[in-house]
Amino acid sequence: MLAFTVRRLLQSVIVLFVMSIIVFLGIYAIGNPVDILINPEADIAEQEATIRRLGLDKPVWTQYFTFLTNVLQGDLGTSFVHNEPALLIILERLPATMELAVGAVGLAIIIGIPAGIIAGLYPDSIIGRGIMAGSILGFSLPTFWVGLMLIMLFSVMLGWLPASGRGDTVGFLGVQVSFLTWDGLTHIFLPAFNLALFKMSLVIRLARAGTREVMLQDYIKFARAKGLSNVRVIGVHVLKNILIPVVTVLGLELGSVIAFAVVTETVFAWPGIGKLLIDSIGNLDRPLVVAYLLMTVTMFIIINFVVDILYSLLDPRVRLGDMKA
Amino acid sequence: MKIRLISFAAAFAMTTLAPVMASAADLTVGLASEPSSIDPHYHNLGPNNEMRRHIFESLIWQDEQQKLTPLLATSWEPTSETTWEFKLRKGVKFHDGSDFTARDFVYTACRIPTVPNSPSSFTIYTSAMKKIETPDPHTLIIHTEKPYPLLPVELAVWGIISATANGVTGDITFNPDGTGCGITSFPQTKEFNSGQATIGTGMFKYGEYVKGDRYVMNRNDAYWGEGTEWDTVTFKPITNSAARVAALLAGDVDFISKPPTQDLERLESEPDITLSSMGSNRVIYLHMDQYGPSTPGVKGTGAPDGTYEGEGPCATSACEKNPLLDRRVRQALSKAINRDAIVDKVMGGYAVAAGELLPQGFFGTNEGAKPEAYDPEGAKKLLVEAGYPNGFELVLGTPNDRYINDAKIAQAIAQMFTRVGIKTSVNAMTKSVFFATRNKYEFSLYLAGWGSGTGEMSSPMRALVGTRDKSRGLGGTNRGRYSNPVIDDMIMEALSTVDDDKRATLLAESSRMAMEDYAILPLHFEVTIWAHRSDLSYGARADQYTMAIGINSKK
Repeated sequence: MLAFTVRRLLQSVIVLFVMSIIVFLGIYAIGNPVDILINPEADIAEQEATIRRLGLDKPVWTQYFTFLTNVLQGDLGTSFVHNEPALLIILERLPATMELAVGAVGLAIIIGIPAGIIAGLYPDSIIGRGIMAGSILGFSLPTFWVGLMLIMLFSVMLGWLPASGRGDTVGFLGVQVSFLTWDGLTHIFLPAFNLALFKMSLVIRLARAGTREVMLQDYIKFARAKGLSNVRVIGVHVLKNILIPVVTVLGLELGSVIAFAVVTETVFAWPGIGKLLIDSIGNLDRPLVVAYLLMTVTMFIIINFVVDILYSLLDPRVRLGDMKA
Repeated sequence: MKIRLISFAAAFAMTTLAPVMASAADLTVGLASEPSSIDPHYHNLGPNNEMRRHIFESLIWQDEQQKLTPLLATSWEPTSETTWEFKLRKGVKFHDGSDFTARDFVYTACRIPTVPNSPSSFTIYTSAMKKIETPDPHTLIIHTEKPYPLLPVELAVWGIISATANGVTGDITFNPDGTGCGITSFPQTKEFNSGQATIGTGMFKYGEYVKGDRYVMNRNDAYWGEGTEWDTVTFKPITNSAARVAALLAGDVDFISKPPTQDLERLESEPDITLSSMGSNRVIYLHMDQYGPSTPGVKGTGAPDGTYEGEGPCATSACEKNPLLDRRVRQALSKAINRDAIVDKVMGGYAVAAGELLPQGFFGTNEGAKPEAYDPEGAKKLLVEAGYPNGFELVLGTPNDRYINDAKIAQAIAQMFTRVGIKTSVNAMTKSVFFATRNKYEFSLYLAGWGSGTGEMSSPMRALVGTRDKSRGLGGTNRGRYSNPVIDDMIMEALSTVDDDKRATLLAESSRMAMEDYAILPLHFEVTIWAHRSDLSYGARADQYTMAIGINSKK
């Protein structure tokens, strides 16, 4: 167990290191952020002074080693655009994305699992076929377009829900959250639903396949033979058994929802980190982009690590000592 | 059963989640681009400067047509070639209750060069000042090294912060070396973002700033002037244009900037929505590579006459002969462009064909300067005269997310050029890549835009037409590298002529010469559009700024 943990940690450090070089060089290759950030009225002398001020006149390897030295001291750099520590800006906006992601995954579970079970129980009925057809739409329609359609329907035509932004927030355990206010809830519903559509379709398919398989198992027949009610058979025996793949997949999907909710956040002007990333790439705000991706990679490494540990706990046949991960 | 419960709950939730109606004196504005900071001296760029004007006032105001009018200064005049006297308004108070005096101006001028990490510093507007005298609290005498006619307009660009509110008492002596005049600690950018240091004299006060989400301002009831009718104004950045229009249609916001051209018809058909528009001073132009004997984006012109020296891709790789050095070719390009068609078809009528780099009526323009007439036959004749009867191949570079319909304009122009025999392809790219590529001189021909911050001809002439020269401060954005010493000298002379009439004549003459030489091809001026509730009106501005200061309710 210890050897496994140490090996994984070392691998993670190498991944982070390689990642930082790739991103750093990638953004360097695109161009000089001063070209975009500076006022066009600035003359040549001022342009050069600005490049010097931001340390962009130095060779790329010098810039990278400065960055690396700072990272080792816990400083991920200061945003070129906002003049505040990059990590601080990301952490400020992280709660917005987190609650959107949790809301989306929550909706995916609440709607997806019952719908999947129904589709699995009555695969040939109109409802069952309807749910499956709906899930195909959920997979294939572009998030961007669906988001705009949701806004058109619920905000513009019906006027039920606000079209954009985050609404009122309140402090909760030291962070600003919006799901505790009514106004905030009305704001989060549409983007969360938009983001949930794809996951929902995924859950429906997993739940349906699981249900169809489980319904044929001997223990279901036995349960029925014992005279258990339909509600108990489905609500307990079927549900428990189909949850294993659903939980595994959703755990990993949560990571991607947090890191890459870019499209939904842009359409709904949701002030999360996905929108921050897109804006920062557009401005070539290198410290922010690098800090963001380093943070994302760290997050995925941790999730994978936890999943590996969980496997070993759930299934004694998996021995961590033997894993070559 | 479970399903039914859930759908019932959802339906119930939706019917009761009606958006909260804002009260009459609140205003919400959807912005196309967000300021990078609330610090008034950190980032000299449009989105920051338009927000700054609400809270921090400058000595002088630029009205809708960028004419200078009194703000914190009630009057100003040059007292000699190199000195200016400003009389300051009395009875003005900062948001914290302290008085505004000449000291605050000096304090601000001292802070500007010291702002750390500024990606676009305001020092370009303070570097002309060499000495500032304050004979009494409401008089400023500013000395410049050379005659400097742009001083008043430059003082309209930066806002004044309070010395007292930031803990500085006693006299401050201005020192032009940019080290802060002996003041050891200025407020930091983050203190402005948090509101702690956001203390100005403006008609709005800082309310709340949540990066990426909203910037809330409250009315300053102690404002010295007429003030605003709005209790609270909320600015929301909604960068996606379709989402911005939807937010207006849904009633989430009352006012938006830059609705996309394709949605204008739809918005006009809505009874509750009105468009406000104003011809802007932003010119969309084509820059042509006029530097060396060869150029990277041209094919079919044969071997160059000489060797290429200096910066650019042709210094290291083989390029063909540069046809754009020939004035006849440049003229042919201009004649081949049907500017009226671009205005009508691509811009939906929301543009004005351009014959100069600033619209008619602005300072230093030639009265009656007309856009080049569309003349494809004339263009073909000129190409034959120049020795290109079969034309050549050309690549037109353009950004696709910077100016209104930029890539579409480029597509239209490429077709027009192809029609006269210059086979043109478009290379469109996102703005960050475009500007980087352009600055490496990889385009023979590119489309870009220029908005004049000062509203006078010296701005585009100095930056776009003057020969690139660090010591003279010319040609900062002249990536076509046109060079004409006669025009350079005229620009330099204009920049040190305090007499307005003389300067206007010099600028107009230099502009006429540049147009005659086809140094740069102006296409059109953007017309800026704002969409808002019909019961609002907007004092639409030539500088494209979106400000709550000009938004009023119709009574």
